[in-house]
Order: sequence, then structure tokens, then C-alpha cells
Amino acid sequence: MTMTDTPTPLNRLGRLMIDQPLLPLIGLLILLVAVLAILNPGVLSMFWAGNTIKIAIPLAMLAACQTLTMLTGGIDLSVGTVATIAAYLTATLAPMIGVPPAIAIALAAAVVIGLVNGFGIAVCRVHPLIMTLGTALIATGCLLVYQRYVIATGVLIPDFLIWLGTGKTGGLPNSLVLFVPFAALIIWAQRRSGFGRLLYAIGANEAAARLSGVRVWQVHLALYTLSSLIAGVTGLLYLGQIKTASLSLALPLDLPSVAAAVIGGTSIFGGRGGFGGTIVGALILTVLTSMLTLMQIPEGGRRILFGLIILAVTALFIRLTDRS
Amino acid sequence: MKRWIEANSWTLGLAVLLALLLLATKLIQPGFGASGLDSLARAALPFALATVGMAIVVIAGGIDLSIAAMMAVASVTGAVLMQGATDLQSVVIVLCVLLLGLAMGAINGLLIVVSKVPDIVVTLAMLFVWQGVALLILNAPGGGAAPWLRSIAAGGLPLPGLDWLPRGIVFLAVVTAAIWLPIRRSKLGLRLYAIGSDALAAFRSGVPVGQTRIAAYALCGLFAALGGLSVTMGTGIGEPIPGPYLLASVAAVVLGGVVLGGGRGGLLGPILAVLILRTVRMDLTLLSVDPNVAAIIEGSIMVAVVMFGAVLATRGRRT
Repeated sequence: MTMTDTPTPLNRLGRLMIDQPLLPLIGLLILLVAVLAILNPGVLSMFWAGNTIKIAIPLAMLAACQTLTMLTGGIDLSVGTVATIAAYLTATLAPMIGVPPAIAIALAAAVVIGLVNGFGIAVCRVHPLIMTLGTALIATGCLLVYQRYVIATGVLIPDFLIWLGTGKTGGLPNSLVLFVPFAALIIWAQRRSGFGRLLYAIGANEAAARLSGVRVWQVHLALYTLSSLIAGVTGLLYLGQIKTASLSLALPLDLPSVAAAVIGGTSIFGGRGGFGGTIVGALILTVLTSMLTLMQIPEGGRRILFGLIILAVTALFIRLTDRS
Repeated sequence: MKRWIEANSWTLGLAVLLALLLLATKLIQPGFGASGLDSLARAALPFALATVGMAIVVIAGGIDLSIAAMMAVASVTGAVLMQGATDLQSVVIVLCVLLLGLAMGAINGLLIVVSKVPDIVVTLAMLFVWQGVALLILNAPGGGAAPWLRSIAAGGLPLPGLDWLPRGIVFLAVVTAAIWLPIRRSKLGLRLYAIGSDALAAFRSGVPVGQTRIAAYALCGLFAALGGLSVTMGTGIGEPIPGPYLLASVAAVVLGGVVLGGGRGGLLGPILAVLILRTVRMDLTLLSVDPNVAAIIEGSIMVAVVMFGAVLATRGRRT
């Protein structure tokens, strides 16, 4: 009993992290940037900052899908596939039928995948992990078949996507034009809108939410459709950034997007976290990757460090915010 | 008898489905026989071993996303060490690789228990770590395998009358039974099911939850090492890039009637499910379906069965 009455510095730090989870994360980010600056003096510049933000944005948007689904205790592992499909469809259909219809079809495909996910999870009550992995597998198969039968008319990447993906205005990447309103909307929606609160309610206690009259299946259906739609839009942005239509475009972002959400303090069991932390998590991962690349560690060593750092940050976060 | 059938209805259904599929294969290709069965068994072996490992962890209430990466580590370690080794040395090497698998799994389990981070996150982080380890050991596919190891899972049984039975199936059955049956019958087996069913209740009944969890992950690592060795057995080289074993093993575990979340199911169901999935893949190849279309069909079957099973499970809970 007396233990709790005398707050140790560690306890106080933990309390701070519960109240202001963003502060220690931003501290970690600054620390990483400082280490980077010491290791490699002269690397820090406006150019570097703009590039880092540019690379972090698609990751942060995919991590938004993970944040929203993880708030209800779910996960969406099909985001990388959905983003890839949306990008590939846009790039290959645009020369044939024009840009706007191509984008419409690409986003429609994303919504269809999301609806299938939502149907399986909401109506059949399949575990989200299994369901989204399964649809990702089927969707990848469909993409490969499409790629074989599509008439080879070449690839066209819409100019405004290239402007959005790679362009810079005054040192800042143009993708912020898309990302800032998007992030503001998500951060507003998660706390202030009815839908956002339902996500927290379901994640905290699904049975209680159901008993209070929440139609859980409708929320799940809407959530996974929304998640796929976000992933589809991210795919378009990523297409403009990478400027090639490949069959595995955004697949390597799948697991890092989960890592970004987890580092950002969103609980994988639901009910806790938010998109603000996730954005910082995505920035941390991006800075970390560029740091490991600059240190010229072999690929294997880089992956080991990447995994260990994710684990250490998450463990520390959980240790410090654990009230019991 | 009736109760036994009811209790094992899912497994029996899978067995009937497998038998029907094999019959269909025989109809599609009348020449299907011992050699076809043998290639099926060889293709299914790494998948089956990964599934067994995954099933044990899922029964204990966890999940291991790093299983394919651990298989890669085992595969490259075995292949690098075995290159140019004598038969006697290679036996020692195989034992060492199995110990390595046990150790990797135990590290996963230990990190989960000590850090209190959810197992999905820990094994996700360890997926990167084991991938990195595999790449550091061997940068590109290479190495070698001892001839006796390669012959373990290839061809039929050298027994008169049983030569149609592929060695791969026998190897799988013997290894799984030798490791799992004694554990299932012991205290540890009961504890694995107990912590998967309800960790808090198990803790209050005096089950050492942490130790049991570590044991479950260690067993998973052991089977991952066996799976990795079986990859090397099949190809004769080590593969540093993890194969598609993660998704396939999770799907087979769920198809096999093990409940995600733990506490229910056995190992026979998942193994049957792996064989079913591999047979479907083989049948589609025999029907000369485009492999990509085959992947779509395979995935749709998996998702449909999982959805069907989930609906059944929800119904069962309500009534």
C-alpha cells in the first residue's frame, strides 16, 4: 500500500507516459536523430528531413489501418496487398481507360477486399488475423492472374500522383497535402466521432459494448472496409513515390506497419492507443532504417537490430505504463 | 463409440475429405500411384512440420509468427555445416540443429514471458531477428546435405508389401508421435492445454504458466528446426529466405480444428489439413490449372472452410 504512495521517478515517468504517451515517443525520436547526427555529421539537413517525412508517410497511412483495427482488438494484414493491387491496377489501366476510371476501379477493388474481410470477421466471426491473411493470399493470386491476362499496353503513372509522391514544395514533400488532412481527420474521428468511440468501446470490452446496444458486426464491416480503402489510397500515393508498377510494391510495408502502430503505443488487444502515437512510431521506424543503412551494417545485421529495437521499445513502453 | 465419433467429428470429417480427394486424384490421373504419393509426401513434409509446431503453440494459447524464419535459420545452419561433412559428423550436426531450434523457440518464449509483450508482437519482432540471422549465416541459397539425410524422406518404405507407403509420411508420423505422444500423456501436455484454455485459472490451480509457455515455444522451435531440415532434405541446399510456411501453417492449424486462442484441438487434425491442402494443390496441377489460379482456388477453399468452421463454432456456443 505504501509503495504506491511514494512515487519513484520511474513511476512518475510511467504516469507521464499514460497521460501524455506522445512525449516519450517524441523524446525517443529526437534521441535517434541525435545519434544519427553524431554517427554521421552533416547528414541532417532540410533535404534529409523532407525525405524522411516523405518515406514515413505511406508507412504511417498503412499503420493507420493497423491502429484503427487494433483499437477493436483486430489486425489487418492485407493492407500491403491491397495497396499493391490498387497501385498496379491504376498503373496498368490508366493507358487503356484513362486516369479517373482507373483510379475508381482500383479503389473499388480495395473496397471489395475490405468488404470480404469485414464479412468474414463481422458475420462469420473469423479471427481477423486469419481472415485478412487469407484474403491477402487470394487477392495476390487474382493480381498474378490479372497480370498475365492484361493486354500489354504499357504502364502509365498519372502525373498528379508523381507530383504528390515525389514532388517537394519549399523543402517539404507534397504528400503532406494528402497526409495532413488525413491525419487530422483520423485523430479527430478516433476521439470525437461516434464511430471512433465505438472502436474503443468494442476493443475495451466487446460483450459490454454489445449489451449497451452496439451492433458490433456493423462496426466491424465498416471498419475493415475503411481500412482497405485507406490502404488503397496509400497504394496510389506509393505508386507516385516509387514510380514503378511492381507486383510486390507495398508488401514489404505490411509488418513494419504493425510495428509502427505497436511502437506508437496502440495495444494489440484493443481499447488503448491512437493515431498520434502511430505517426511518431512510423517516423521512428523510418529514422531507424535510414540510420541502420548509413551505418553500413550487412542486411542480416540490420534486420536483427530492427527486430530487437522494436521489441525493446515495446517492452519498455509496456513496463512503464503498467499500473499494476 | 458414438461419443468418440462426436468428439472427433472434425478430424474424422477431414480424414474422409482427404480420402475423397485422393480418390478424385486417382480419377483425374489413373496412373497416380506410389510415386505420386511420394512426391505429395515430400512436398507436404516441411508444411506439415511447421503446422505441428504452430499447432502446439496455438493450443497453448499463443501464436508464433517467426516460424518460417526459424525454419530458414535451421535450414542454412544444417546446410552450411553439413557441406563436406562425413556421415558421423552430419548426425552430430543434425542433433545440434535440433538443439538450436529448441533454443530459438525457448528464446521466443522467454522474451514473451519476461517482457510481458503480447506474443504476436514478440514473434513479429523475432521474425526480423531470425531472418537476419539466417542471412548472416548464408547470404544466398547454398551449402549441402548428407546423402543419408536426403534419403530419409525420399522413396517408399523398404518393406515388402508396404513399398507404396511414402517414407515422408512415415518420417512425419514417427517424429511427431515420438515427440508429442509422451508430452501429451505427461503433466506438460495437460499444462499446455490448461494455459491455453484459461491462463488465470491454470495459474490459480498451480500450473507454472511462464515455464509451460516457454516449453510450448521451445517445442515449436524444435518442429521448426525439423521443418527447416526437411527443406534441406528436399532440395539438398539451405534456403536463407523464409518460405510461405507461416500463412500455410496458421491456415492448416485452424482448418485442423485447433481453436485460435487455445485449449482445444489436437495434432492429427492439422496434419490431415496440411495433406488436404497439398492434395488440392497437386490435383489442380494435374488438371493443368494455371498455378496462379490454383493459388486463388486454394486460398478460397481455406477461407471458406475457416468461415464455415467459425460459424459452426459460434452456433455451438449459443446452443
